[in-house]
Amino acid sequence: MIGSLDSHGPAGDIDTRWTQHKFDMKLVAPNNRRKFDVIVIGSGLAGASAAATLGEQGYNVKVFTYHDSPRRAHSIAAQGGINAAKNYKGDGDSVQRLFYDTVKGGDFRSREANVHRLAEVSVDIIDQMVAQGVPFAREYGGLLDNRSFGGAQVSRTFYARGQTGQQLLLGAYQQMMHQVHAGTVELHTRSEMLDLVVKDGVASGVIVRDLVTGAVSRHAAHAVLLCTGGYGNVFFLSTNAKYSNASATWRAHRRGALFANPCYTQIHPTCIPASDEFQSKLTLMSESLRNDGRIWVPKDPDETRSPDQVPEAERDYFLERKYPSFGNLVPRDVASRNAKTMVDQGKGVGPLKNGVYLDFADSISRVDASTIYERYGNLFDMYQRITDEDPMQVPMRIYPAVHYTMGGLWVDYHLMSNVPGLFVLGEANFSDHGANRLGASALMQGLADGYFVISYTLANYLADLLGTPPVAVDDPVFDEAQQSVDDRVKRLLSIGGTKSVDHYHRELGKIMWDYCGMARNRTGLEKALSEIPALRDEFWRDVRVLGDGPMNQSLERAGRVADFFELGELMARDALAREESCGGHFREESQTPEGEALRNDDDYAHVAAWEWGGEGSTPTLHTEPLTFGHVHLTQRSYK
Amino acid sequence: MHVKLHVWRQADPDARGAMETYDAPDVSEEMSFLEMLDLVNERLNAEGREPIAFEHDCREGICGSCGMMINGQAHGPQKGTATCQLHMRKFTDGDEIYIEPWRAQAFPVLKDLVVDRSPFDQIVEAGGYITAPTGAAPDANLTPIPKEVADASMDAAACIGCGACVAACPNSAAQLFTSAKLSHLNLLPQGQAERYQRTQAMVDTMETFFGSCTNHGECQEACPKEISIDFIAYMNRDYVKAQIKNRKLLSQG
Repeated sequence: MIGSLDSHGPAGDIDTRWTQHKFDMKLVAPNNRRKFDVIVIGSGLAGASAAATLGEQGYNVKVFTYHDSPRRAHSIAAQGGINAAKNYKGDGDSVQRLFYDTVKGGDFRSREANVHRLAEVSVDIIDQMVAQGVPFAREYGGLLDNRSFGGAQVSRTFYARGQTGQQLLLGAYQQMMHQVHAGTVELHTRSEMLDLVVKDGVASGVIVRDLVTGAVSRHAAHAVLLCTGGYGNVFFLSTNAKYSNASATWRAHRRGALFANPCYTQIHPTCIPASDEFQSKLTLMSESLRNDGRIWVPKDPDETRSPDQVPEAERDYFLERKYPSFGNLVPRDVASRNAKTMVDQGKGVGPLKNGVYLDFADSISRVDASTIYERYGNLFDMYQRITDEDPMQVPMRIYPAVHYTMGGLWVDYHLMSNVPGLFVLGEANFSDHGANRLGASALMQGLADGYFVISYTLANYLADLLGTPPVAVDDPVFDEAQQSVDDRVKRLLSIGGTKSVDHYHRELGKIMWDYCGMARNRTGLEKALSEIPALRDEFWRDVRVLGDGPMNQSLERAGRVADFFELGELMARDALAREESCGGHFREESQTPEGEALRNDDDYAHVAAWEWGGEGSTPTLHTEPLTFGHVHLTQRSYK
Repeated sequence: MHVKLHVWRQADPDARGAMETYDAPDVSEEMSFLEMLDLVNERLNAEGREPIAFEHDCREGICGSCGMMINGQAHGPQKGTATCQLHMRKFTDGDEIYIEPWRAQAFPVLKDLVVDRSPFDQIVEAGGYITAPTGAAPDANLTPIPKEVADASMDAAACIGCGACVAACPNSAAQLFTSAKLSHLNLLPQGQAERYQRTQAMVDTMETFFGSCTNHGECQEACPKEISIDFIAYMNRDYVKAQIKNRKLLSQG
């Protein structure tokens, strides 16, 4: 462990720190902004909002997305909502409370100053999105509706039916397309970033592959913004979209950017269990279902009766039993771990005994069927489409699945990585959620970074570069980067092995899920650290990537899976080094007598940021100590 | 179950393309349609034949990436369901299934089942937005919007931009997509200032790529989000009004 990373956060009163800092930072005058080229990778909430804002301000922006349209980015799949400290319900919410809830929810492993800024700008996001035409849910009087979400004690979640992510993304996408029309944003679809170009330690551009023509091109800029989402697909089965990958951040990591807290992954408790070995992804059911559903398993592991035939006395409502005050509404990590315990004890339900029941029968008899259907109808329909079972008649079967990754590239207070000129926004960075993200906070962070943080901090960085042209694309650093991309593509196509990319991805996913999933221990993690490199070697010897045309989906996947192998190994290494339980990271060696997560603030109240050591070499650990001046460290309890 | 697939294979945009037949034994009823294709692709790969290219991403029916003609129907036989949410239990053992890319001149085939839908982005670029630069927004609750209006706007905004409406239309018209985007914004108070310029710009852009609407209603049937063709009527009304309104606006200058 070496060094102590500096977050470059300003000093001063936390309530006014961001405001004061905005004044203290340098500006770029409007007539000088067109002299700066900015590259944005990814067109989800963070990327689209950043590109639109920077375009409006007059910078030359180039956006790259591997999708056929920017509107496909995975932000679109977020269901539940977006938090903001508007206090429209007058029920005691405030910036201070959202800040506190987020730090505590993150199990005291996030940076206070960043989280406070996030809470402050949350209110501006809602204003911006409403002005943009996002059709948020409204009350009959015409004002915005809110609901309470994820166990929060106030109603601060804004939503658009079960499609909040879709509507927010369309808002940001439209605003960006407006700038495409205006000529400030140059959009490149079906274009995947395959390397970051660094000259003299400074981010100078990217190498991009056109997924239709196969052409590899070079793009130079004064700054590169990675807005490329999370890495949950390391596990193969997750709620992430199939294309979601970590290659942009991983390529940047290999070029010097530190990767922070890779072991922090969020496992969402309410997903549909896998149905067979061909399962390609898992589907999330909004956790709002836990407001009216009761979670149980039969007490007898050999139970064979249908759920409605199991008498009340023979059911174990395990969350209500263990956590009488929070019951079925305990936080995501607690609900997930307890479901896993039941399934591990052989009490799982369904044909593969890999789920637990989420039962609406009590709510249906307490209120009535139509009210329950009105609340959850779209989710019930989706469930029925996938499983052919009607949750109004038969209890749902649910099981936890990988959903979100709190870890990501290390950034300072300005969202800049340790590589100058490389900025990282949204889920791709590590900064705001600590070891566990609260529900309805992912959309908030993506838009906060893109709309209300980056334009200030980027100007502060660019101001010193006025008059400096970007690195020329015929510079040797571009030659070297393009050569390495070309070599890798050739290498993948020439292996000519026997097994598919998906085969290796599934095998990697199994290792990750078994040893670096919901519960981790030393023995398992050490096993993962020996199995992953062995499987990776086999991949590079035996993978079969067919096709000689320019458009080649197997080739695209192969490159991404190759990067997942390296990232997966780092996740296991990080999980092994963090000998405490916190948030989504549960080390079995560190638990309370009741089996709850036990933090170790004396030794682990820090960010773990890893430096790439080269292929086959051990990475170097850097740390950033976390200090808490405004939120008192407490052990979470939901009894 | 055991099905037989007839799939459109085309190496690149300029290639001729043809239907190829694949036997698909041991398919589980629990599989989604795309998981069945994954399985077929795994087997093709094992035999040394190039897998079928198709688009997909979220596999939850929201991103709009996937879409193919299945037995001549856009997204297949299940109403209100995108291809990724269609399951094999909707088919029976022994079925022959014909799988083709979206068929429309405005959506040229790039490879196999992958088409280029970028004209949709160009329609949005032409005016499918409300001008509200970052930082300029008033408080979100300043303008109350009746629940019915917000709900109607949301009904239109639910469009996932998959292109099924165009593929299902005998004229390859994009009226349902364009009207959904327009109505989402034109219905809201925030969208009024640019309402008629937006309408004219988006409709005119649409016309440069797509065919004309003759009220077949196939688009509504094929739409995985069941968006109503009523929105097309709203769009037509606004387009007619735009011819007058936009001139009036000019005369004020």
